[in-house]
Amino acid sequence: MKSAVVQLPGLNRDRDMITALTKISGHAPKVVWQTETELPDVDLIVIPGGFSYGDYLRCGAIAARMPVMQAIKAKAEAGVRVLGVCNGFQILLEAGLLPGALMRNSSLKFVCKEIKLEVTNASTAFTGAYAKGQIIRCPIAHHDGNYFADAETLKRIEDQQQVVFRYAEGTNPNGSLNDIAGVINERGNVLGMMPHPENLIEAAHGGSDGRALFASALDVIAA
Amino acid sequence: MIKARVTVTLKNGVLDPQGKAIEGALGSLGFEGVGQVRQGKVFDLEVEGSDRTKAEADLKAMCEKLLANTVIENYAISLL
Repeated sequence: MKSAVVQLPGLNRDRDMITALTKISGHAPKVVWQTETELPDVDLIVIPGGFSYGDYLRCGAIAARMPVMQAIKAKAEAGVRVLGVCNGFQILLEAGLLPGALMRNSSLKFVCKEIKLEVTNASTAFTGAYAKGQIIRCPIAHHDGNYFADAETLKRIEDQQQVVFRYAEGTNPNGSLNDIAGVINERGNVLGMMPHPENLIEAAHGGSDGRALFASALDVIAA
Repeated sequence: MIKARVTVTLKNGVLDPQGKAIEGALGSLGFEGVGQVRQGKVFDLEVEGSDRTKAEADLKAMCEKLLANTVIENYAISLL
């Protein structure tokens, strides 16, 4: 499957993401700049992490209003898979492609470390290569990862199995409601998550627990 | 030219860790009797023209589209 990575000023995990997609799919992703309104014909669009527009106003708020996001919305409506990691997750929320919001970490500190994640829904296009309930390792690095949604929204996404990843074994690093680390849209083709699976895909990273996410999303048999 | 001030505040029930930290700092400075502190944002804008009704409608659209995240924030517009 073909993929694309979005670039915006201030994103800095784009090269890690391009490397992960290239290593796992065997093909380099297309790179799309923020002003583009026509997207290449791909099966997966990834918005990587970073600090788009310096996190001004709110994290992801300005990036979410750039022309490329209208094009991504149209692709998502057409069923193309969209993955947002870290700042990419914040951008998807600000763009209204996912429910809820990400607030300042409850500790008020930037947190950069490894946490444990539970795969709470292994029946999505992004998690099929994991088992439900599987605990994986994953690095995080963020200041605003504290997931919030109003009570009604929270109940709805829980009832509909839209919570895909939860911080496990007491490792919730940011105060997220219900330990939520990753959320998918109702249709099941747009996933946002705070942890960085692209930084744990090979032995040199100290592990490869993130690999199955890309293998699932790219329909590659997990090696 | 119309001058306006937009105030964006967190909705009730949304946890405000920054407000909490400020609350604690005020207490440690010896200010007693400070209840809850909630942090918000203020935007001062200049809007061209003199049609206040249009300016207010435009500002509302700006708040809905960008200045506030209505999932977690309320906004108030005042024309000065």
